[in-house]
Amino acid sequence: MTDTLPDSLTTQSPMGRPLRRKEDARLLHGQTNWTDNIQLPGMLHMAILRSPMAHAHITHLDVTPALSEPHVVAAFSAKELGDLNGAVPCVWPVTDEMQAPAFPALAIDKVRHVGDCVAVVLATDRNAAFDALEAIEIDYEALPAVIDLEAALEPGATLVHDAADSPGTNECYTYHLPGTGIPYDEAKAKADVVVKRRFINQRLIPAFMEPRAVVASPMGVSNEMTVWSATQIPHILRVLLALVTGLPENSLRIIAPDVGGGFGGKLQIYREEILAVQIARHLGRPVKWTETRSENMVATHHGRGQVQDIEIAATKDGKLLGMKVNLLADMGAYLQIITPGTPLLGMFMYPGIYKMDAYDFNCVGVFTNKTPTDAYRGAGRPESTFAIERIMDELAAELNMDPMELRKKNWINHEDFPYATIAGLVYDTGNYEAATAKAIDMFDYAGLRAEQERRRASGDPVQLGIGISTFTEMCGLAPSRTLGALKYVAGGWEHCTIRMLPTGKVELITGTSPHGQGHETAWSQIAADILGIDVDDIEVVHSDTGRAPYGMDTYGSRSLAVGGQAIKKAAERLIEKARVIAAHQLECSIDDLEYAGGAFRVKGDAEKAQPLAAVAFEAFSAHNLPDGVEPTLQAESTVDPQDFSYPHGTHLAAVEVDTETGKTTLRTYVCVDDVGVQVNPMIVEGQVHGGLAQGIAQAMYEGVEYDEDGNLLTASLADYLVPSAADLPSFTTSTTETPSTTNPLGTKGVGEAGAIASTPAIINAIVDALRPMGVNDVEMPASPQRVWRTIQEAKAATA
Amino acid sequence: MSHIPISVTVDGTTYDSEVEPRTLLVHWLREDIGRVGTVVGCDTSSCGACTVLLDGQSVKSCSVLAVQADGQSITTIQGLAEGEDNWHPVQTAFKECHGLQCGYCTPGMVLATVDLLGENPTPTEAEIREGLEGNLCRCTGYHNIVKSVQYASDLMSGGAR
Amino acid sequence: MIPVSFDYVRATSVADAVAALVAGGEDAKVLAGGQSLMPVLRLRMAAPTVVIDCSRVTEMQGITDAGDSVVIGAGTTHHEVMNNPLINEHTPLLAMATATVADPAIRHRGTLGGALAHADPAGDLPAVALALDAVMTVVGPQGSRDIPAAELFTDYFTTSMAEDEILVSIRVPKLGPGWGYHYEKFQRTAQGWAIVGVAAAVQRNNGTINQARVGLTNMGPGPVRASSVEQALTNAAATAESVAAAAQSATDGTRATSDLHAAADYREHLARVMTERAVAKAAGI
Ligand SMILES: Cc1cc2nc3c(=O)[nH]c(=O)nc-3n(C[C@H](O)[C@H](O)[C@H](O)COP(=O)(O)OP(=O)(O)OC[C@H]3O[C@@H](n4cnc5c(N)ncnc54)[C@H](O)[C@@H]3O)c2cc1C
Ligand code: FES
Ligand code: FES
Repeated sequence: MTDTLPDSLTTQSPMGRPLRRKEDARLLHGQTNWTDNIQLPGMLHMAILRSPMAHAHITHLDVTPALSEPHVVAAFSAKELGDLNGAVPCVWPVTDEMQAPAFPALAIDKVRHVGDCVAVVLATDRNAAFDALEAIEIDYEALPAVIDLEAALEPGATLVHDAADSPGTNECYTYHLPGTGIPYDEAKAKADVVVKRRFINQRLIPAFMEPRAVVASPMGVSNEMTVWSATQIPHILRVLLALVTGLPENSLRIIAPDVGGGFGGKLQIYREEILAVQIARHLGRPVKWTETRSENMVATHHGRGQVQDIEIAATKDGKLLGMKVNLLADMGAYLQIITPGTPLLGMFMYPGIYKMDAYDFNCVGVFTNKTPTDAYRGAGRPESTFAIERIMDELAAELNMDPMELRKKNWINHEDFPYATIAGLVYDTGNYEAATAKAIDMFDYAGLRAEQERRRASGDPVQLGIGISTFTEMCGLAPSRTLGALKYVAGGWEHCTIRMLPTGKVELITGTSPHGQGHETAWSQIAADILGIDVDDIEVVHSDTGRAPYGMDTYGSRSLAVGGQAIKKAAERLIEKARVIAAHQLECSIDDLEYAGGAFRVKGDAEKAQPLAAVAFEAFSAHNLPDGVEPTLQAESTVDPQDFSYPHGTHLAAVEVDTETGKTTLRTYVCVDDVGVQVNPMIVEGQVHGGLAQGIAQAMYEGVEYDEDGNLLTASLADYLVPSAADLPSFTTSTTETPSTTNPLGTKGVGEAGAIASTPAIINAIVDALRPMGVNDVEMPASPQRVWRTIQEAKAATA
Repeated sequence: MSHIPISVTVDGTTYDSEVEPRTLLVHWLREDIGRVGTVVGCDTSSCGACTVLLDGQSVKSCSVLAVQADGQSITTIQGLAEGEDNWHPVQTAFKECHGLQCGYCTPGMVLATVDLLGENPTPTEAEIREGLEGNLCRCTGYHNIVKSVQYASDLMSGGAR
Repeated sequence: MIPVSFDYVRATSVADAVAALVAGGEDAKVLAGGQSLMPVLRLRMAAPTVVIDCSRVTEMQGITDAGDSVVIGAGTTHHEVMNNPLINEHTPLLAMATATVADPAIRHRGTLGGALAHADPAGDLPAVALALDAVMTVVGPQGSRDIPAAELFTDYFTTSMAEDEILVSIRVPKLGPGWGYHYEKFQRTAQGWAIVGVAAAVQRNNGTINQARVGLTNMGPGPVRASSVEQALTNAAATAESVAAAAQSATDGTRATSDLHAAADYREHLARVMTERAVAKAAGI
């Protein structure tokens, strides 16, 4: 690794270089500020009694016995909490008719999923709070649990929500998006081949390593409240907590200190956050709650959870004509922040990188007695990418074509950009040919196909499979107008303020909220490049609404694509302000000044120069500022993105499947991603690796399992199989660079790419290995048992 | 249930303390003596986030009672470096090779690596992956963690690999 | 999560531990490495009133050569077992299987005695103890007695040890020369428990298998000795074909169950495949 160590920073722009991260020193020395580290005087620990039943009436509930347990200060059920029992909000009512049932933080009369909160105990000692839960009296009367999505929609099905004003169905909404082309049936009528598949995109648990935690600290009579939370969205949380609790927004300060991963799982306003704030306010004492992993599995939202009926129509020589998508999307028991919208984040992406004449999308959201679903790395786009990339392979098999040839035949060529897709988006740039050519080269596609042939011919019990995924995704959420059109209540802009302090040090205040992405380093690189100063002279301030009041936080691969624009603009504005002051100091016109290397110089007079830091001091002392120029050297920018950006890439997997046991071993994984301009390629690569691991895990290891009574069977990390180092190979990654034209930095976004692209590559590879045996699909996760059973079934069918 | 006196050396400092028998070592470290560098990630001893060295051997400090550590010596992530500028080679390697993102698994991962390299100074990639099988990371996909361990091995054995 | 409150006794001798166990009655729990017990306590699936820590009892430590057998203190950690020269020389199957248990940190604490006393049907070591005809020495208020492995495992997480007895040592007979060994473990992830495991020891004489011992993990409430396979292998040709044929009877006498990770029929299939592989490897085929 030493060969990529940075050169001296003074000689070269920091942009595009693999600078080692500023964050790492504290993280590597255990000098980290996790929310759970916080201890405050008088602090109470909150423990939560959760429902062990998926669906039940609460027939008796009495928290008073808990009050006589040692160290207990208070205990609440919904009854005692009364008006303080805040409603958990959903900010994306996707249709006007959507069923949006009440979601009280503490369940009222009825529980609707295992893990639903029914009561809380507050004690001065954490262990005592846990112990006292056992003293609470509670009886349930079990109701049938709604688990299966199709059964949930049948007439007469048990209702998850049956309040007097509820519409009497488990359907949450139906959303229809007609494509921009001809009607699908018209396209289908012209087709020689129509391939239909039902794919199950299983539920997943985000399983970030730092469990959630929240500390709410009231400041007494002043009504002020400081909330530390392990969240991805301190700014959005502030608005929502104000709305939910009625606390004035200007007296709420939210701090997301060091946050240990999120992947969408911390893009949420949770019951526990609301309860901590409300109870802290009520009792006038700080309240802390830290999630146990057991709670995390049932109470942190899950991701995915779709039944996908996919149909694709083509001519016999492999030209795509149209695609039809029918989804059932599992909402779980309640709607959280963007539960209903999550499947719709994928609706524009089912056509992937391909041209076709017709597209039809339909999605039905369904309530079940399971943990609510919401965003998980990729949110909607992994599901759509899985569907299109899987069905392309099935179509290729049907047409007896090489799956890569089929893709090439139908993808958007690089000279076609910008390209208006059948789903109604305009892809700005891309070069699928270049990324694919590079990937094929690195992968030894021909060599592996030859090996596959040999193994097939010799009847080797270990078969080789090759999987392709040529994906694109939409990143950089999001143009506020688009969000508005989709009925999402907030905007998608991002903010940055940059100030140079009198000593020449810089504070860069961002509205993004990193939890592993390395913003402190990458944002410094962008600003240092423009300001011409050392990366280490910049401190990135984030994730604290007291210090960084404006922002839209971090999710949806948006931080760089949107936030980066604000940084660039703010830095440029700061230089412009400084230029005026420098011109005054150097007694020249602003047009005579050029700015480079951290100093203004008078053109043609190398002797006359003014370093930016000197300008900053002048702006501070304000002894001799030009007329009309305000003191201090600071500038800000709030940028609403003009459009999405579209990273893409070609991912290739080679797997070995032991047909005797069904065990799959991932042998080689090659990917070439085009994420546009890279600020820090080391961080880009790391993001890809992490995404790959999660996407591969969906394909091979992870999947939420419930029994018919709604008990979560995968309720610990011993049963929910997050892969370890020993379960994954090293990856071969590379990039091509086609700058985005929707933002001035040319960046696209990389946080989700790996997770979106890799899942279908793996399943395609497994199916490819087994296709001669008559296999044409394997449900995820492709556990050994499932693969083995699929082989047995295929054998029986062909026998 | 009576408290029990214990005396445990943590990162070179001896702490005398009285604990409830049920107190987990990791909770004692974090809450009783304020060594919050070591963290908790699960209830089933599956994740390895809490890994420390107990008398020089890696253990999951959520699966040890504080009373059991009485008279023993513990090294946490906070005691690995000898001073601010004198990082342990494993720390250096994780930074150089971008072996961490959010950093939550990092304390455990680093200590598991120290243990691994103590037993096997020049592990193969397969040995590294198996040696770290008890430590989950959700961010890095392990690719750069493996690289970090290899680089640490280079640093510690003077490039002998 | 955190365990319920309990009292703690640090035993310094076996007698000490037994006395505490008797005093504690049925709500007392022995703590060895804690690698199974601590998760159980944290999830509050057990609520002992007293925990008796045996990890510092010196009588339960140590590995000695007793001529025809190796005697291993119950408190010997997995890490010590794996790396011990006596064990690697005389009963390497135990070392091989132990190396597949959990991960290094857990192996630093978890003990052989704890793994056997815990009697987890998915635990790797009971099948090894059974295949090798290990004998457990247990001590209770009435004194010491020996329990052969074949009589130890009575049900899921249940042994024939009385509640006031402590497992003190494990005697593993040496098999002598000419034996080959292999432990084949089938798991979904590296750190995971066995879906099926097969412990095989095979004595081979040139082209012939003289005798074999095969123990199965997770094919019933306790470990299972694959006697039919052993019989079929006695004096069989050391060929892939005869091993494959013998492995077909691997499920005789098993009572596989279905759970989250595998259904019974798949387990049975795996038992045959893994037996074939384990025996072939042990026999050097
Ligand atoms: C994440 C994880 C993965 C694991 N994976 C595996 C695996 O793949 N294979 C495997 O075999 N094991 C696995 N284990 C379990 C591990 O091997 C344990 O160490 C072992 O099962 C128990 O040994 P222990 O010394 O830790 O016993 P403890 O946890 O201390 O005790 C276990 C039980 O046995 C009783 N007990 C212990 N010692 C004695 C004694 N001397 N006399 C009487 N009773 C006693 C205790 O009272 C308790 O009920 C795993 C554990 C974890 C946490
Ligand atoms: S917290 Fe100790 S292993 Fe997870
Ligand atoms: S760096 Fe986030 S869990 Fe490993």
